[in-house]
Amino acid sequence: MRDTLKVAMPKGRIYKQASALFREAGLPISTDFDDTRKLIIELPEANMEFIMAKPVDVPTYVEYGVADIGIVGKDVLMEENKDVYELLDLGIAPCRMSVIGLPDWKPVIHPRVATKYPNVASQYFRELGQQVDVIKLNGSIELAPLIGLADRIVDMVETGQTLRDNGLVEMEQIFSITSRLIANRVSYRMKNDAIQGLCDQLQKVIPDVSK
Amino acid sequence: MSKPKVFEKPVGVKDYLPHAVSKLRTIERNVLDCMGRWGYRQILTPTIEYYDTVGVASATSDHKLFKLLNNRGTALVLRSDMTAPIARVVSSLLKDEAFPIRLSYHSNVFRTIEEEAGREAEFFQTGVELVGDASAEADAEVVALAIASLQAAGVAQFKFAMGHVGFLNGLFDEVLHGRSEDQETLKFCLLSRDYVGYRERIREWGLDAAEQQKLEGILRLRGGKEICEQALQLTGDEQTRASIEHLLEVWEALEAYGVSQHVLLDLTMIGDFSYYTGMTFEGYALELGSPVCSGGRYDNLLQQFGRPAPATGFALKTTRILDVVGDEDQEQIAVMTLNYTSQNRAQIFQEARALREAGNCVVTRYVEEDV
Repeated sequence: MRDTLKVAMPKGRIYKQASALFREAGLPISTDFDDTRKLIIELPEANMEFIMAKPVDVPTYVEYGVADIGIVGKDVLMEENKDVYELLDLGIAPCRMSVIGLPDWKPVIHPRVATKYPNVASQYFRELGQQVDVIKLNGSIELAPLIGLADRIVDMVETGQTLRDNGLVEMEQIFSITSRLIANRVSYRMKNDAIQGLCDQLQKVIPDVSK
Repeated sequence: MSKPKVFEKPVGVKDYLPHAVSKLRTIERNVLDCMGRWGYRQILTPTIEYYDTVGVASATSDHKLFKLLNNRGTALVLRSDMTAPIARVVSSLLKDEAFPIRLSYHSNVFRTIEEEAGREAEFFQTGVELVGDASAEADAEVVALAIASLQAAGVAQFKFAMGHVGFLNGLFDEVLHGRSEDQETLKFCLLSRDYVGYRERIREWGLDAAEQQKLEGILRLRGGKEICEQALQLTGDEQTRASIEHLLEVWEALEAYGVSQHVLLDLTMIGDFSYYTGMTFEGYALELGSPVCSGGRYDNLLQQFGRPAPATGFALKTTRILDVVGDEDQEQIAVMTLNYTSQNRAQIFQEARALREAGNCVVTRYVEEDV
């Protein structure tokens, strides 16, 4: 019998797509849990236990080993920079990280960039050789250029509808984002068979992102 | 940062209360005894060393070293591991001693840490170095001893993974010949455990199908001895083949030790490329989120101290082992209390001494005489 895998699942948007992908891969995961408020879901028939986490916390659970594996967006992985294995690109929840501003943006003397992703933003502008003040916000990032808190923002763009509605434009794409399967360093060895088996099952049904 | 509260300690350091200390001492004693029975003699070295010698030579990256200045302005470091100090001792104080030299240690070591990461800035390591023997037999000896040491420490469920830096170096050089930047990129991906990025890079480069398959295939090279056979088919490169054959020899020696069932070969496992030169390995305990043991061959370190020699070794992260071993081995020694007055003090002290010599734990207590 295989070891039970503890899986940190991101609550919300990505969960439904991820659980659908698991089902497609042949894992018996009921749709009943798609809207559950339970924090821990036991799935004995799949030999799994889901830990329902806030997406940004998924890498933390996995790094500490309280979850063996997890599903998380590349945006969170880039921002959190945790020591975990990034095993698979699941190809779900595609979007991109971008620099956004008003259409008439011109370079300013003291550039300020507002974002939910301060590490990503600092690193990006440092690599461009630009020193900018990074302002951490927790939501409604699009407000910042509209009311003059920052001249640009760095944020995740899915369809671009919010930007258009607010008269903003995407200036640069930093990287593209999909959800990833990550694993703890120790679990990856101690539960190698179970994790490798899951990877193999998933790999068969992942939409081919390389095309 | 605001002024610390009186109970606070710097981030990443710990107090060990009596219960934890006695547990730690038990582990330390059992592990060092085990190493002693394999012929490794324990040594102690100073907590501080020169930055320019041990600091620069150590495997710890520069920004993780605790650096300080002495009164003359010379840069010092708090030792970040015991391997570099031992290389210094072997090359100086023990320079006339013939190889192979087997040494063991139990020491606190220091690393600066990222705040909030929950890592330790000071922790105990127990380990060995086997200096002056380049053979696969020597590599197998330290792996077998690492397994024996974890068992001696009382860790019930564990696994080891073993790889070889020469395999990846050779294979990358064969497939991406003359493209050293791309080779570094792939090594960086593996080092940061980013398999997705690794596959993406390879696909971006538009290699021919066979080469792409070769590079992607290594991500699956994990398992027993059969992995070596598969790996040998991947390559005709001399260095790569030699690495795999070396691993195979180590594996066969581990079979002879009767411990190969604890070991998983993983050819993507890499340590620090600038430091390790051959076989590398890590040990994992169930229920712990990060490795409890790491080691490997480092044939370039000793020459930095003027006595070039091959060497191999490992360190257990003893403080982490504390979290996985139970308390059942702890002997609970009952404490006896003897009261004394100014009248019978000498007699009671004599009694206490006799009891202590017989192995009892005795506390004496002064009481006022009844008036």
